[in-house]
Amino acid sequence: MSSLELYPPDEKLPRGEHVAFNLYMITALLLFVLMMLLGLTMRMTQAEWAPVQAAMFYKIMTMHGAGMVGTMSLASTAVMWFFLRKYVSLHLWAFVSNYVLFMLGALCIIWAVFVGGFASAWTFLYPLPVHSMGLWSNGAAAIFMIGYLLIGVGMLLFYLDAAAAIIRRFGNLGRGLGLQWLFRGEIDPNHPKAVVASTMVIIANTLGILAGAVVLVMCLVNAYDPEIALNALVVKNLIYWFGHMLINATIYMGVIAVYELLPRYTGKPYGISRPFLWSWAVSTVFVIIVFPHHLLMDYAEPRWMLVMGQIISYAAGFPVFLVTAYGVLTNIHRSGMRWKMPSMLAVLALFGWAVGIVPAIIDGTIRVNQVMHNTQWVPGHFHFYLLLGVLPMILTLLYHVVGSRRRAPVNSGVDRTGLFLYVVGGICFCMVFLYAGHLSVARRFAAHLPEWVPSDRAGSIAAMVLILGMLLFATRLIVGLLKAPADVDPAHRTG
Amino acid sequence: MILQNVIWAITLTGMGLVALGFIYAITQAGRPADAAEAARANRSSTTLRRGLFLALLLLSVGVTWASLRHFPIPLQHEPSQATQVVDVVGHQWTWDVSQTHLTAGEPVEFRVTASDVNHGFAIYAPDGRIVIQTQAMPGFTNKILYTFHTPGTYRIMCLEYCGVAHNGMTAELDVAAPGDKS
Repeated sequence: MSSLELYPPDEKLPRGEHVAFNLYMITALLLFVLMMLLGLTMRMTQAEWAPVQAAMFYKIMTMHGAGMVGTMSLASTAVMWFFLRKYVSLHLWAFVSNYVLFMLGALCIIWAVFVGGFASAWTFLYPLPVHSMGLWSNGAAAIFMIGYLLIGVGMLLFYLDAAAAIIRRFGNLGRGLGLQWLFRGEIDPNHPKAVVASTMVIIANTLGILAGAVVLVMCLVNAYDPEIALNALVVKNLIYWFGHMLINATIYMGVIAVYELLPRYTGKPYGISRPFLWSWAVSTVFVIIVFPHHLLMDYAEPRWMLVMGQIISYAAGFPVFLVTAYGVLTNIHRSGMRWKMPSMLAVLALFGWAVGIVPAIIDGTIRVNQVMHNTQWVPGHFHFYLLLGVLPMILTLLYHVVGSRRRAPVNSGVDRTGLFLYVVGGICFCMVFLYAGHLSVARRFAAHLPEWVPSDRAGSIAAMVLILGMLLFATRLIVGLLKAPADVDPAHRTG
Repeated sequence: MILQNVIWAITLTGMGLVALGFIYAITQAGRPADAAEAARANRSSTTLRRGLFLALLLLSVGVTWASLRHFPIPLQHEPSQATQVVDVVGHQWTWDVSQTHLTAGEPVEFRVTASDVNHGFAIYAPDGRIVIQTQAMPGFTNKILYTFHTPGTYRIMCLEYCGVAHNGMTAELDVAAPGDKS
């Protein structure tokens, strides 16, 4: 590719795109706040500060898990769309269809949980959805799964449109990923990082969504005809294959915002390189085959899969540490960085991702998993890279866009206060989970042993501080998004 | 030595090192480098990245070898040398344990399964820490081989969410000192 054709020539959002983008992001911001409040309710219940019964606790837990994963997917899809549309020609109908199907799916899930009483956790491990001991009906389980299917179909539509657009522009997905330059040849410096990352996500998450569709249909069949029994281990493998890729894809979609925006604030080029292309190529494979690290305590799993789960967990750290995090650090080092909300959030995002995967990788060791699996160590590490990684990636783009509507980066004292509360609350919240995990405090318990309560109280307080920061962000951003676009790049303005 | 404390120390060290890298870069971010400094920084950055790659590679290979050399999960389809065998079945929301009085110092084989949904079979030591766990799955039997070193009352807890009374699904094991017949 000798010259880069841009569609649109800059990042401006024409009328239809503007409305669609606002719908995605305002919905996501509202859902993030609501889901955080549900999470806080859970922590306060464990802290014995909220009188929530076990049945309601597990409904809230199911809603919080499904809601957060879904919202992360929704918002990070909008990040990918925002940048990918510059380099390939995407159809707005596919982007809008994803939103509509997401909303329909979300309504099904909300109905299943709060009306139907469905509380099988977001992972819906077979056969719990059809073995509720009378607390919910098979119909409620089916509605929940249909909700997932609708969301999956929407994402698939978007990915297929994006895949077709990349193939039209670059010839095939391999060339979008930059595989032609892995061993030889002069790398096109204009090859967009957004295309590389999007291609990886399309390949991996399409497989994951298809696996999810297969297992959902199997479970639906079983719900209506229990005589057709399923193999619990096969179902678990499919669920974690799907679930792992779905949530990992949010990071790989979100990081596009960092790649695209950070260099505008550092003023330093952030070029594409062979290590970068290698890291995305191997990450594509790793993210597809790493899922057995969720099944390390299933001793019936073939031994080679457990070994693969451990080794690939370690290997997956290499691209993150040595290419993405290291690349960001070298880009900001001695750059004369302009510290505005987007650039601060971008650095926070990479910090959260890189630091958060340390406990995750350690937990991928079989011997460690034997004492840490399903303790609060697990929410400790995934909250680290979701709360302090993916969400700041999304906020990076939002602050940038809102800045473009004000002709300057948003950087007020209120925003900086929000960031301070978010970072302090977020780090404390995650570290309390990890600390409790090392004390063997179980996850997903509606009521805790008396000796576990102090950490629950510390976690609750940290969550309140974090949510206060998020409320400030959400308010500022929603108001900002609703303003008319000015269509300038705020990174190149002073303010 | 409690395994969880070792893991905690290693984790804090790893997270701290990554955080230090960020703090260093952030403190240097405000001062732009001139062309000569940028070229020098670029060269040392490449050298440092190679060094980090090698260090991480050695660490990963070393830990993999050390942690898998004696595979932490017993062979599932071969008889073990355990002198005590305990059959465990998880139900919503009770544990059916064939033998709850055990002796420390002698290996115990736990054969763990479930009659209805997935459960998590975790054994908590008297000090409140997990010593070992596996999944209890319908249709499968997972085998644990574990030797209790400290006598006392151990608590079994369910660590895989299994429905509304999940957190109340507990049982106890009494582990006696070797030679203690009381």
